[in-house]
Amino acid sequence: MKPTRFIDLLPHIVLIVGVLIFAYPIYVTLIGSTWDSGTIGRGGLPLWPGGQGATNYAQAWVGEAGDRAMYTPVRTMMLNSLVMALSIAVGKIAISILSAYAVAFFRFPLRMAFFWLIFITLMLPVEVRIIPTYKVVADLGLINTYAGLAIPLIASATATLLFRQFFLTIPDELLEAAKIDGAGPVRFFIDVVLPLSRTNIAALFVILFIYGWNQYLWPLLVTSSGDMETIVTGITKMIGTGESANDWHIIMATTVLAMLPPVAVVVFMQRWFVKGLVDSEK
Amino acid sequence: MQRRVTFDNRLLPYLLLAPQVAVTLVFFIWPAANAIWQSVHLQDAFGIRSEFVWFENFTNVLGDPNYLDTLKVTVVFSLAVTVLAMGLALLLAVLADSKIKGARAYKTLLIWPYALAPAVAAVLWMFIFNPDIGSFGRALRALGYDWDYRLNGGQALTMVIMAASWKQVSYNFIFFLAGLQAIPRSVMEAASIDGAGPVRRFWTITFPLLSPTTFFLLVVDMVYAFFETFGTIHALTQGGPGKATETLIFRVYQDGVVNNDLGGSSAQSVILMVIVIALTAVQFRFVERKVHYS
Repeated sequence: MKPTRFIDLLPHIVLIVGVLIFAYPIYVTLIGSTWDSGTIGRGGLPLWPGGQGATNYAQAWVGEAGDRAMYTPVRTMMLNSLVMALSIAVGKIAISILSAYAVAFFRFPLRMAFFWLIFITLMLPVEVRIIPTYKVVADLGLINTYAGLAIPLIASATATLLFRQFFLTIPDELLEAAKIDGAGPVRFFIDVVLPLSRTNIAALFVILFIYGWNQYLWPLLVTSSGDMETIVTGITKMIGTGESANDWHIIMATTVLAMLPPVAVVVFMQRWFVKGLVDSEK
Repeated sequence: MQRRVTFDNRLLPYLLLAPQVAVTLVFFIWPAANAIWQSVHLQDAFGIRSEFVWFENFTNVLGDPNYLDTLKVTVVFSLAVTVLAMGLALLLAVLADSKIKGARAYKTLLIWPYALAPAVAAVLWMFIFNPDIGSFGRALRALGYDWDYRLNGGQALTMVIMAASWKQVSYNFIFFLAGLQAIPRSVMEAASIDGAGPVRRFWTITFPLLSPTTFFLLVVDMVYAFFETFGTIHALTQGGPGKATETLIFRVYQDGVVNNDLGGSSAQSVILMVIVIALTAVQFRFVERKVHYS
């Protein structure tokens, strides 16, 4: 056995510093959510948990007035974020898998034109067409609705391209056999294509759920009433200008709750998450 | 591009495409066309009449020294975020990929920040660097450094750069790790036998072989810094103090939503579209994506 040299420890030291840089802000927030606003506001936050945790989370959850202001209850904001994230994830997967199936398994006039039409959306992120998209949504009467939050975000070229690429790897023999057995396109889709796409769907779902949950600019625009607030935009509204006299204990508890679902998804579905991420960029 | 065997059906493919095409036309193509139309028109204060003004909106926008300042802030911000996020991610990925104990645990602990929204990352940084309540913010002041990113433009820009890069490291880390794992071990072992040290091996073998990943991430990080960091900036500094942290995307929002200047905001949107199209074209033209993760 050689004695441990400093050079062998170096990678561990660097990695641990890296891990700490990412964990420390979260740790502070977790601790902060268990103290009272006075302690936090004075800047005297200790490094160990306080005894206010249960009260703070309960207060944030039901939206009971803090020391200084009233907030939208976290349960309402979490529900809104959940509906938005699930609608975006499920909606995107559903419309993309159908259109990819059409492009990959049929021959029909204007096929390539449709393909390019979908492809072009890659170059039009919501951020570059904010005002006109907002206007369309307003004209359709979708401001402050779940439909308004989700539908404009569910068309995406990435998911369609991913499914199409995968469909092209399904062997022709499988399709010929299905045809000989008299299976039509709908039967083939349900019995063969969908089951084969299971892992792709799961991987994509994880990525899209996080994408949907973390939306910021769009919810900021299309929701104006408190009961349609999503949790990520809700937090920054609670903070306002960031003065020291804020209900920091409630804000920190809300932040912890806002991080929980997407972080849980990444940690518990790590394998699918990494696959989805790497695949959807191909 | 096309399979050899396909189904014959006249109507079905169109039905399958209908939902995606409808959403694309209504929420993508139509608004984008609208932005282009608005960008060459000038509306009166009530939005009733509009006049075709050629490129007046564009010359106004591009001739505005404020806009050029915003452009400068955007370039500094994007480059800093890209370099920081990629550099740190590459360092961590190379170390986590080497044969060390606990590599799996390190990976998990470095991957999860991907789940955080840019705005939430900003809020976490505020909890630490706020001059009143943040431990680091207070420590800086206690050391006699006049730290207040709410008043000092340079400090504000530093804050948003740090918060935005912090959030993007995990994404880069995942892709660098995937890229590293695709490099055949035999190549590294051969170099090792030939007596090349770890640093030399990195620069002559690993780094060149990673270049497709690096280039891909370069484009992705630029797009991230340009567009997705709206939340970071909105949550931390609101573009201020003054216009010290106002990026192009923040300004489109500011001019269009807050100041209600449709023509100017649309002209800016069109400029941004050109930037995205250029970045996407570069990505498709040059990037060979051959990353594998196992």
